[in-house]
Amino acid sequence: MRRRTTLTAAVAVLALTTGCGAADMTKQASPFANARGARTVTLSVQSWVGSLANVAVAQYLLEHELGYRVDLVQIDEVPAWDALSQGRVDAILEDWGHPEQEQLYVEDKKTIARGGGLGVTGHIGWFVPTYFAEQHPDIKDWKNLNKYADRFRTAESGGKGQLMDGSPAYLTHDKALVKNLNLNYQVVFAGSEAAQITQIKQFAKEKKPFLTYWYTPQWLSAKVPMTEVELPPYKEGCDADAAKVACAYPHTPLQKYLNADFAESGGEAADFLKKFRWTTEDQNEVSLMIADQKLTPAEAAKKWVDGHESTWRAWLS
Amino acid sequence: MATLTAPTPRTALPGVLRHRATRKLVTLAALAAVLVPLAHTHWAGGTWPQALTVDLSGPLGGASDWIIDNRDSHPLFLYFFGHVSNAVVVSVRVVYLFLLAAGWAGVTALGAAVAWRVAGARLALGTAAALLVCGLLGMWVPTMQTLALMVVAVLASVAVGALLGLAAGLSDRMDRALRPVLDTMQVLPAFAYLLPVVLVFGIGVPAAVLATVIYAAPPMARLTALGLRGADKEVLEAVDSLGATARQRLLTARVPLARKELLLGVNQTIMMALSMAVIASVIGAGGLGDRVYQALASVDVGAALAAGIPIVLLAVVLDRVTGAAGERLGQDQHGPRPWLHAAAAAAATVVVALAARLAGRLDWPTGWTVGIAGPVNRAVDWMTAHLYSGVPYVGGTADWAGRFTTWVLDPVRSGLQWLPWWSVLLIVAALAWLIGTWRTALTAVLAMAAIGVLGVWKPSLDTLSQVLAAVAVTLVLGFAIGIAAARSDRVERLLRPVLDVFQTMPQFVYLIPVVALFGVGRAPAVAAAVVYALPAVVRITAQGLRQVDPAALESARSLGATSGQQLRQVQLPLARPALLLAVNQGVVLVLAVVIIGGLVGGGALGYDVVFGLAQGDLATGLVAGAAIVCLGLMLDRVTQPTRRRAKKGA
Repeated sequence: MRRRTTLTAAVAVLALTTGCGAADMTKQASPFANARGARTVTLSVQSWVGSLANVAVAQYLLEHELGYRVDLVQIDEVPAWDALSQGRVDAILEDWGHPEQEQLYVEDKKTIARGGGLGVTGHIGWFVPTYFAEQHPDIKDWKNLNKYADRFRTAESGGKGQLMDGSPAYLTHDKALVKNLNLNYQVVFAGSEAAQITQIKQFAKEKKPFLTYWYTPQWLSAKVPMTEVELPPYKEGCDADAAKVACAYPHTPLQKYLNADFAESGGEAADFLKKFRWTTEDQNEVSLMIADQKLTPAEAAKKWVDGHESTWRAWLS
Repeated sequence: MATLTAPTPRTALPGVLRHRATRKLVTLAALAAVLVPLAHTHWAGGTWPQALTVDLSGPLGGASDWIIDNRDSHPLFLYFFGHVSNAVVVSVRVVYLFLLAAGWAGVTALGAAVAWRVAGARLALGTAAALLVCGLLGMWVPTMQTLALMVVAVLASVAVGALLGLAAGLSDRMDRALRPVLDTMQVLPAFAYLLPVVLVFGIGVPAAVLATVIYAAPPMARLTALGLRGADKEVLEAVDSLGATARQRLLTARVPLARKELLLGVNQTIMMALSMAVIASVIGAGGLGDRVYQALASVDVGAALAAGIPIVLLAVVLDRVTGAAGERLGQDQHGPRPWLHAAAAAAATVVVALAARLAGRLDWPTGWTVGIAGPVNRAVDWMTAHLYSGVPYVGGTADWAGRFTTWVLDPVRSGLQWLPWWSVLLIVAALAWLIGTWRTALTAVLAMAAIGVLGVWKPSLDTLSQVLAAVAVTLVLGFAIGIAAARSDRVERLLRPVLDVFQTMPQFVYLIPVVALFGVGRAPAVAAAVVYALPAVVRITAQGLRQVDPAALESARSLGATSGQQLRQVQLPLARPALLLAVNQGVVLVLAVVIIGGLVGGGALGYDVVFGLAQGDLATGLVAGAAIVCLGLMLDRVTQPTRRRAKKGA
């Protein structure tokens, strides 16, 4: 008898504490958000520095001009879409194109709203260091890549040339490209952008040749000048079948996305993020301050904000 | 390769054992003679036959889509997972707000007061100093976030672990059912938990806390069960004869008798929760781990270290305090009025917290920070610039890495992949059976076969080759350092803090230096694994050698043995169980870093798990994670001579 009362009590307590009803976890915010009653915006940072630059400037302006508290969450792109749809993140400021997720969350479920363009155009490609391209100008054409394969050989690539790929989070067709273009290369996955950058810096220090998957805008290009290898030109739809790709990567105008609820009722912060739009040069300036001069993102953002008032005033109006 | 193709018994084994070993091998050979031709005619070829694989990408992709579609509507999510998630969010928030409200002075005072009461004045000072250093490094708020997450995760782990342990400690049937599960969970690498949890709970703190609980609860359960089962029979009988009921017996005799094990369990749980709290930053846990992870993006070792040091400090402080609390339990010397001291400590804490609050100094003062990132980065740059290549005579680290890859990793990998699949199973069976029982052999073979069925035979052998190479390097270095530490007190004293740091430093911190030294590829992955596994191997070796019976040593000395002879002929043979345990731990720990290796170019299974997490691709990530688990099971069984007693990361 006593056991039964205990059990009933336990169930009752459980029901009371959890609020009896349904708990939709897609609507639950981070426990660290809104501490001490501040208005909070949560922004997603991706693992590359350009994304950190966007977020740093947005954070600085949100905090100093609009009086918000900004929380940053670092996650990879695809999980970030999911988090955005759940409202764990309020905005992604730099998206390189995820048609599948766009269809699912923007068109079908309508949990994510478009936030307009960032103003920066992104491009992925294969790059060699400029010091090597100057000595061997014909490397700029992909047809000559096989000629130089043995120059790019490393212990990891076996007998072939090494094509270094970066983070698994990034879009890449490189394995298919190497196969479909009959290149004598081995794709070596660095596994993270940090590893890739560190390796590139080491190669550059010794002026060694290397071939790498890379993208612009990227702050490292200012430190280690790189020249793109021209792949067969991109045509609309030539990358539709991932296994048969034999063309270059497109130029992508980078997009912003907002959580749908936040876009509606996010007040000043949502308006500001929708209007946030700058140029590749602006972004690189901030990225370089963060990654190369090792300023903290907040310091770099302050420096940029101090020098570009006319640009950001327009975002606040 | 030598380690794999030499299943013959060692001559040092006593006669009976050798006899038994031969019998096992003969049985196995007979079995193979029947099965191998059969398998060979059906599925010839070196790699695992395509016909025997199961493609899981369809169902897993379907499951992932179903969850995304139903997460906000299905009752299972609304009425169960939703509440779990909500409870986590609320409790973490409560702790976090409490820590913020206490302010930096209050938290420091509280930490010191607790440490003083349970572990003494010296550790109280250490605790306060550690917390202040966290603030000095500019990491106060992230430290509090990590602490809040840890408090909730540790409490939940201890509760879950203690309940499971209680069940296993009191009921033989539960014990039999739970033991293999807990055994398996001990060899699971932390990353393997993340993907399934993220799928259900999405990115964020709830997923991070739950992954941490799943990871940290097993040691508590094991030690609770161990403590309850190890209770002194005579005491229990005495309690029985006094006519105690079952509940009285449990509460007044068994649990108090198991206090030491319980506290050791709490200690282990805390350490594992802390290491997981960092890894969970990949799925949005926030806090210190997130800072380390962000610093990685801008290739900033200094900033990563600034966030890594607080983690190390927290780990060392928590380890020492809970350890000291465990030692003090037996002695019970709290003086005449323990509650008076406790009240004084509490009052002091409240006064400090209120004072800071009234002074408006709740947040860590912005001016009071020390930037270590700059000097650290310069030091790392200098080191890598001078060691990378062109060092006279010995060559640079990049050359070593290249040679290690070409001369060790490549041959081992191609050798393993060249072996016909059935012969790999046979070798696994032979090794596991020789060292254990037919049960362990069966588990090992089934685990290996599961890898083939999952369709990741080739990458798994690639990973296995890296693991074997890393274990070999770890053991050579670990035994050498361990012997040095066992023979000299000074070396051991010098080593202790270094080992502490390497054991608790988040692996993300040393990814960049490792790549800067060894380039991108499998060599840096092996290096990262060695760094991680070395401390445990050194510790176990040194401890094993030191525990050798002094009488045996004394008699050897009196017979005129030189110190080298003593080591070779007395200490090492007598410490054999400890050395075998070191091998086992080395293997398990190296495997735990395989996924980290995927972040620096290790490729194979590690990369697949990282890829799965990054792309939300369940099929790739989960299958690779499962394969790592199977590899872990297999390697554990192959290197586990008797029932293992030590805990993970001992």
